[in-house]
Amino acid sequence: MFLHVERLTKRFGGLLAVNDVTFSVEQGKINAIIGPNGAGKSTFFNLISGLHRPTSGTITFKGRDITRLPANERAKLGIARTFQTTHLFEQATVMDNVIIGHRLRTSSNLFDAILRTKRHRREEQACKEKAMEVLDFVGLTHVADRMVANLSQEQKKRAAFALALATDPELVLLDEPAAGINPDETEGLEELIVNMVQRGLTVCLIEHKMSMIMKIADRIMVLNYGEKIAEGTPEEVKNNEAVIQAYLGGSAIA
Amino acid sequence: MAILEKRRLWLAALIAAAILFPLFVANGYYVHMMTISFIWMIAVYGLNLFAGYTGYLSLAHAGFFAIGAYTLGILTVKAGWPFWLAFAAACLLTTLIGVFVGLVALRTKEHFFAIYTLCVGYIIYLIIDKWDSLTGGVRGFIGIPAPADIGPLSFQTPVAQYYLVLFFLLVVVWIMHRLVYSLTGRTYIAIRNSEELALTLGISTMKNKLASFVLSVFFTSLAGALYASFIRFLGPDIAYVSVMFDFLTYLLVGGIGTLAGPVVGTLLVTFLSQQLQFLQDYRMLIFGPVLTLLIIFYPHGIAGGIIRLKAKRSEARRLQLEATQASAELAAASRQERSERYAKEG
Ligand SMILES: Nc1ncnc2c1ncn2[C@@H]1O[C@H](COP(=O)(O)OP(=O)(O)OP(=O)(O)O)[C@@H](O)[C@H]1O
Ligand SMILES: [Mg+2]
Repeated sequence: MFLHVERLTKRFGGLLAVNDVTFSVEQGKINAIIGPNGAGKSTFFNLISGLHRPTSGTITFKGRDITRLPANERAKLGIARTFQTTHLFEQATVMDNVIIGHRLRTSSNLFDAILRTKRHRREEQACKEKAMEVLDFVGLTHVADRMVANLSQEQKKRAAFALALATDPELVLLDEPAAGINPDETEGLEELIVNMVQRGLTVCLIEHKMSMIMKIADRIMVLNYGEKIAEGTPEEVKNNEAVIQAYLGGSAIA
Repeated sequence: MAILEKRRLWLAALIAAAILFPLFVANGYYVHMMTISFIWMIAVYGLNLFAGYTGYLSLAHAGFFAIGAYTLGILTVKAGWPFWLAFAAACLLTTLIGVFVGLVALRTKEHFFAIYTLCVGYIIYLIIDKWDSLTGGVRGFIGIPAPADIGPLSFQTPVAQYYLVLFFLLVVVWIMHRLVYSLTGRTYIAIRNSEELALTLGISTMKNKLASFVLSVFFTSLAGALYASFIRFLGPDIAYVSVMFDFLTYLLVGGIGTLAGPVVGTLLVTFLSQQLQFLQDYRMLIFGPVLTLLIIFYPHGIAGGIIRLKAKRSEARRLQLEATQASAELAAASRQERSERYAKEG
């Protein structure tokens, strides 16, 4: 099994943000997670990427128990993510932002930096090449030297994708990539996500835009108040009674 | 490329000016003031590395400055160590204390880190103030020797000491420059930008923060040791919050998180406070509001403000260039279309 979570629970004080969720991410597929606001989707990502410790339950990645592993170690194993708000450094260029994405595959330290050793030069070059490669993949080569603050919302999302891809991941968690983006641009992002999967990546996608989910998701899990209320293909989920209930009589699902 | 060349030229001119300064300024007082400013700059570079590039405001740095200074004093005067051995030991001991402080302090974040380190700084001050038998307490610590000769180099005169301090300052600036434009420097900046993002990019934030903190303590202890051998008298007030406040003022005025900031801020503020000396402590009535306004309108200080202005201008120029190119292409396209139409019609 690629990524599997077993009876995962996260409690914030009295609030059960994620409640006893068991779920498997299928390799080479687009696995979508949907649910109303506050359902616990981002918290679920935080648990998988290691920013939060689960209250109970286990997470296994490629057969290895990673429940207690720090976030940075998980990234090295091949789990990358983007955030609902991009977290990019707005006052730096796109290139400068993305270069650091490959840092985890390098080992030069403070002394290499000060003495400018061969290793440092080689690794710096590798980071730059990797940044160029992923910027080309997400279609941002032409704005590589631009300040992130001057990019459009959609370009920022693409830059965040590039940063995640620069870590050489196997699994990419995307938290609402299409939020605040117009329909035309959303189609572009859909294409990009499909491209990622064609390149052999596995995607786990949180999204509120149902048209996007229904079009590209292979499988969907639905969260509501932290609990998994449904799971299946887009067709199955669309017609699921509990899901329709959760989305207020189904008006939100189109 | 041209920008880099220009910057090189500026840097060379500045260094030349610093080297020539004592030759043209015969007044010993100015040489003294400049030497002291250089010492402050080294300490402020230490603060800048951690606060400016890694995003954590340490308020214990005046304490580390004092530990460096007092250790040099105690080892040379009380233990009778050779000067340069004591000098190295002072920096190492302070750095080692920095490791332990960092290991605990870095478990906290943001303002908790600032408050925690403020407490550490105050405890260091109290220890120096109360440990009479070792530090001389409020009476102070006297008799610290000037830097010992190294081969043919003697540091007995103020001008020689000026060059010695300038040498250390240049080394610190050089290290900072190399660091900032390296993978390690980028790592620190990534942590400053967002620790969560850095973690999910596979960066060990704890390890990197500790390394940055320890190096920053090292720079500040170096400044402390230089201070002790230059002023040759120490009082507990060098560990006090007012010194910390001075460091911070220099850094904020010059530009936090910029390479030029510590130099610009220290020179400007020490110069201004010299000019306003007749106001005595009422100087703060002017400094307080000016600093507040500066932080509101120029949160990145003078150097940071200039860098941003330049970036904005070049971006605007680029956009304009792109716009003219696009309109030229458009015009060319429509011209071609027209000529094609004419060709068809004619
Ligand atoms: N660090 C935290 N501390 C306390 N409560 C939290 C924390 N993070 C999330 N929560 C709470 O957990 C619940 C789930 O939040 P989460 O952000 O996971 O929802 P979501 O499904 O991503 O919502 P949205 O669609 O609005 O992004 C919410 O009630 C939120 O207030
Ligand atoms: Mg969310």
